Amino acid sequence: MFKELSDSKQLWLVVGILIVLLIWPMLMPRFYIYILSLIFVTALLAMSLNLTIGYGGLFQFHHGAFYGVGAYTFALMLTKTSLPMWVGFVVGPIVAAVTGLLIGWFCVRLSQLYFGMLQISLGSLIWAIVFRWYTFTGGDDGIHGIPRPAVLSSSNNVYYFILLVLVICLAALYVIVKSPFGATLQAIRDNPQRCEAVGINVRRHQLTAIVIATFFAGVAGALFVVLERFVFPDLLFWTLSLEIFIMCLLGGWFTFAGPMLGAAIIVALRIFVGKYTQYWTLILGVILILLIFFLPEGVMGYLLEKLKPRIKEATERG
Amino acid sequence: MLQVEAVHKSFGDFTAVYGANLTVEHGELVAVIGPNGAGKTTLFNLITGQLKPDKGRIAFKGEEITELPPYKICKRGIGRSFQIVNIFHRLTVFENVQVAVLSHKRQSSNLFSPARSLAVEETNRLLESVSLANKASNIAGSLSHGDQKILEIAISLGNEPELLILDEPTAGMSPEETAATMALIKQLAGTQGLTILFCEHDMEVVFDIAQSIMVMHHGQTLIQGKPEEVRRNKEVQDAYLGGVEIVEGG
Repeated sequence: MFKELSDSKQLWLVVGILIVLLIWPMLMPRFYIYILSLIFVTALLAMSLNLTIGYGGLFQFHHGAFYGVGAYTFALMLTKTSLPMWVGFVVGPIVAAVTGLLIGWFCVRLSQLYFGMLQISLGSLIWAIVFRWYTFTGGDDGIHGIPRPAVLSSSNNVYYFILLVLVICLAALYVIVKSPFGATLQAIRDNPQRCEAVGINVRRHQLTAIVIATFFAGVAGALFVVLERFVFPDLLFWTLSLEIFIMCLLGGWFTFAGPMLGAAIIVALRIFVGKYTQYWTLILGVILILLIFFLPEGVMGYLLEKLKPRIKEATERG
Repeated sequence: MLQVEAVHKSFGDFTAVYGANLTVEHGELVAVIGPNGAGKTTLFNLITGQLKPDKGRIAFKGEEITELPPYKICKRGIGRSFQIVNIFHRLTVFENVQVAVLSHKRQSSNLFSPARSLAVEETNRLLESVSLANKASNIAGSLSHGDQKILEIAISLGNEPELLILDEPTAGMSPEETAATMALIKQLAGTQGLTILFCEHDMEVVFDIAQSIMVMHHGQTLIQGKPEEVRRNKEVQDAYLGGVEIVEGG
């Protein structure tokens, strides 16, 4: 996670954070349990996006569409069928990944900005369908009062469930990023032409990355439904995609954990500053300007940069 | 091993390659020479699939590869380096070569095992053979230009190609670096038995090490033959060398 830290220190840091998160609901009021749950969901969404943007260098500009597809699929299966919850929880991400495959198949044929523009168009198409199809998706009303199984009736249980899924997904993403697939993906980001010349099918590799990323976006979407018990078309609107994109930039898109930090900052801003003014995005705007000037590698990138000399010193002494 | 027959390629109104022919036999060290703009790099891009020819035919080991995408041509056994340094700048030297080795071992799509424990031995051996082992953990973008060009070659070796295509391997190098690179190429061709096709500006070097030379002029093949034949050829002297016999005794 922090590649400059030694393996054992990394492990202790992760364990420490996990312990704090595990005892959090016992110490904190319900409101803060909710906020942290929301941060977990958003963090997973941002982390899934970063697989394509940060590691893949792909202009995945409408990631929110897949988040929404996952959420809606899960919500529709809970309300329109009598299948158990876990079936929907598996099917939601799979439908998101299939959507990712379909849209990605067209997008990887284009480069850079054209990729992003096509994805915004195709993603907005899904938004329009969801927005208009009143009889099926509830249109702009969305779907409310989605039933939750008895196990997930308390906010503490919801918190632990989301945390568990988040940890599993992060572990999976970490393994993927460190695998030959992940290494090759980063090589493609740096130099697609060279990759083709060493025998890598660049398009197929990028498409695989999109499918994986959209699968995890679908998981995040399903988690959102578990937490909020409603869905609405804004989940697929492109402004949300922009927000996730900003989370990755803010946290540091060349670090593994950066997007999570970015998600935490933005969710906290929205909730705490949003209490005082609906123009909280104004403050976000100012933060972004400062970020571009002073922390081009993101918050996590900055912290690692600061830590590096101290770690080096410590290892030299030790 | 490689046959290029009457290949044409134009960009808009400009014809870059106009009837190029080239034959590379197994185990040979073949050079393509010609003035700037003669179409050497375009020809290499046509062979390795970065560009598609308008006309003509390219065959490798008896099979046509004319319409194949670059990654398939690479899998058939052709590796290449680029004239302008084309490496993975943000990755370490080790990772640069490892990407190619992993691709060769068909591990690129492996999602579940940690990359740092795969193909380590092969990658290190390769870096050893091009004398970059002591810089393995450096970020590739921070290397000197000469080392980056060597890294280029190392990456192309990662796929264990049967035919290695080097586009001006010594471009921008100091005389010492050039000599070292040429020694490396000789060694690859000699001890490792690689078939190598390269282009190069330094005539002395070309006539010294190449077993066969192809001369390009205005996108056309003037001649391909042994160094002595090429040196004696009147057409080459007139067209390419402008009548000045600078290669005499070179």
